[in-house]
Amino acid sequence: MVPLSYYLVLSGILFVCGVLGFLIKRNIITIFMSIELMLNGVNLSFVAFAAQWHDLRGQVFVFFVMVVAAAEAAVGLAIIIAVYRTRETLNVDQVNLLKL
Amino acid sequence: MTLNPYLWLVPLLPLAGAALNGFFGRRWSKHVISAVALVFCGAAFAMALLLAAGFSSASAPYYYDLAHWLRSGTFQVDFSFYLDQLSLVMLLVVTGVGFLIHIYSVGYMWDDDGYYRFMSYLNLFMFFMLTLVLAKNYLVMFIGWEGVGLASYLLIGFWFTKDSAAAAGKKAFIVNRIGDFGFLIALFLMIKHFESLDFTHVFAAVRTLPTETAGVGLLTAIGLLLMVGAAGKSAQIPLYVWLPDAMEGPTPVSALIHAATMVTAGVYMVARSSAIFERAPLAMMVVAIIGTLTALFAATIGIAQTDIKKVLAYSTVSQLGYMFMACGVGAFSAGIFHLMTHAFFKGLLFLAAGSVIHGIGGEQDMRKMGGLRVYMPVTFLTMSVATFTIAGFPPLAAYFSKDEILWKAYSSPNGSWVYWLLGVITAFITSFYMFRLWFMTFFGDYRGAIAHEDDKSSRAGAPSTHAQGGSAPHGHGHGHGGPHESPWVMLGPLVILAILSFVGGWVGIGGRFEHFLAPVFQSGAAEIAHETAGETAGKGTETLLMLISVGAAVLGFLLAWTLYFRRPQLPARIAASLGGLYEAVSHKYYIDELYRVLFIKPLIDGSTTILWHGVDQGVIDAAVNDSATAARHVSDNARHMQSGNLRSYAGWIAAGGAVVVAYMVWMGVR
Repeated sequence: MVPLSYYLVLSGILFVCGVLGFLIKRNIITIFMSIELMLNGVNLSFVAFAAQWHDLRGQVFVFFVMVVAAAEAAVGLAIIIAVYRTRETLNVDQVNLLKL
Repeated sequence: MTLNPYLWLVPLLPLAGAALNGFFGRRWSKHVISAVALVFCGAAFAMALLLAAGFSSASAPYYYDLAHWLRSGTFQVDFSFYLDQLSLVMLLVVTGVGFLIHIYSVGYMWDDDGYYRFMSYLNLFMFFMLTLVLAKNYLVMFIGWEGVGLASYLLIGFWFTKDSAAAAGKKAFIVNRIGDFGFLIALFLMIKHFESLDFTHVFAAVRTLPTETAGVGLLTAIGLLLMVGAAGKSAQIPLYVWLPDAMEGPTPVSALIHAATMVTAGVYMVARSSAIFERAPLAMMVVAIIGTLTALFAATIGIAQTDIKKVLAYSTVSQLGYMFMACGVGAFSAGIFHLMTHAFFKGLLFLAAGSVIHGIGGEQDMRKMGGLRVYMPVTFLTMSVATFTIAGFPPLAAYFSKDEILWKAYSSPNGSWVYWLLGVITAFITSFYMFRLWFMTFFGDYRGAIAHEDDKSSRAGAPSTHAQGGSAPHGHGHGHGGPHESPWVMLGPLVILAILSFVGGWVGIGGRFEHFLAPVFQSGAAEIAHETAGETAGKGTETLLMLISVGAAVLGFLLAWTLYFRRPQLPARIAASLGGLYEAVSHKYYIDELYRVLFIKPLIDGSTTILWHGVDQGVIDAAVNDSATAARHVSDNARHMQSGNLRSYAGWIAAGGAVVVAYMVWMGVR
């Protein structure tokens, strides 16, 4: 059996990748994918703990996260399309009308 | 006291006139403006006459409470009006002379573009003056007191495009402020010790106190502070300096405010407060000394002035000094008597001087007049009546009032022969400078320029283009071919005032005027009794003193006649031989310069360096500016956190999360 720590390390790596991608990338779709990566990193640790402690609440929680992520993806992609139509760019640094 | 529900109408009528003309006068024709101003002022006069008709020396005072004002515990002040014998005299003088001067102003100011403004201000002045006179307590009196100061300021600076007029207005206002300060402190003292400002209450409380024969007590302090206020308003030493400058205003203003009515407010106030002064002999003595010195001092300055209105201004200061001298020796009714006759003859003198100025195209320098009796006979006749009156020739008005004052100064318990002597010397000087004015203006040859269009533009420092609403009081649609008589709208008031100046003193014959005022000056009644007892003994002395003062007047006339009629080249030689003394007198003893060095310059320098640059800029402004700068620097740094850049926020969150995780790892999770 794979020890719990492996899962947690992988989960941590995935999460940090997501954070870094979110901070560094400029393309809004990449940022979006980075968020998904962070969510899934967290999901992995939930599932790992659930398997470890034989507690289904972790599994259930993951389903909720996936549902929210799906809804988020639907809304987010719609916004991205709308942004692209009006601004003709996906670079977040150029979407700055409300900034100082 | 009798309730009289119409009392408040007297002051309120002119206020209505002032409001109408002030708000709408700009769009009205001059006929409408004149009608409004005259009707409301005339109505006040008619009301005053009606009130007077039902009033005798035995009548109880009228009063009317118009509205509540201040209520605080047992202390209360209301908008109340009060009419007794003293206010009645003032009321008749103010409305009567005021109405005549309103009529005169119609002719004098007709061509001025600010005509509606002028009429509105005049009515406003009447409102405040009547409030002052009819007040039932000191605070309502103070409203009127400040209000007449305001009206005076507005009217002195009426031709405000002229620098000197604007400065004179400011000077009058600021000097008056010094006096008002004293008045206010006196009111505070009364509130503290009598818990009332109502005349009846205060005087009743005062009468329970003993006379302060030794040392300075409460009543002496109140009296002296009231005198400070009176000295400001009535132009006494050391606050008289504003009155001569106030002659920058239009001549009807000089006549109404700065001769007949407003400047006598101080005398009225002192007389009104007679109950306080009678119990403070020291304050009385100060009043008498200030009055006597002012009378003499101002009269000597009057000798060397060449501006016709300045001579009259110093003469006014001097005559006010007489009134204070009378009040100071306890002869309040004599002071009020002189106040009344002075209102007639000094109003007349100013109006006649205005007529002269008007008739020769705005010239005020007596050296450029002369021989005018041929050109303006009516003005000459009325002016002659006024001149003989003020000089004290019997049987004209001022002979009676001035003689009364001099006799009281000599004979009353507070009097002394010193006051009398200085008063007689003043009478001699008065006679001399008034006849000097008379001879220089009306006799000899005309020394002014005749028939020049450029004559108009040469009026001292005043832009006289009519389109600008400039200051030349003439320019009534004809060229100035030479000296000419004024229109009848101006001469009418002159004639009426001349008659009053002639017969006005006869009301005082046999002590009738004093008897009329006796209810107001309670101890006056005792004094009359005292005097009738001493009458027989003093009769011879009184006649002798009377002859001396008439002699002084005649002597003044003869001297002026010699110097300015028989040998007009002589005055210049005498002036030259006196040298420095003449210079000092003609420069008004350099008092203005002295005040400039002593008070004005230190005040301005101190205000500039310490208060403005030091406190205001260095402390107050600096504190505000520095705290603002500090806040800006702090925020400037802090605002970089909130850039609007989403990923930097995410970075902060991530960093924060990392710190939390690191802390938990470090400390261990419990």
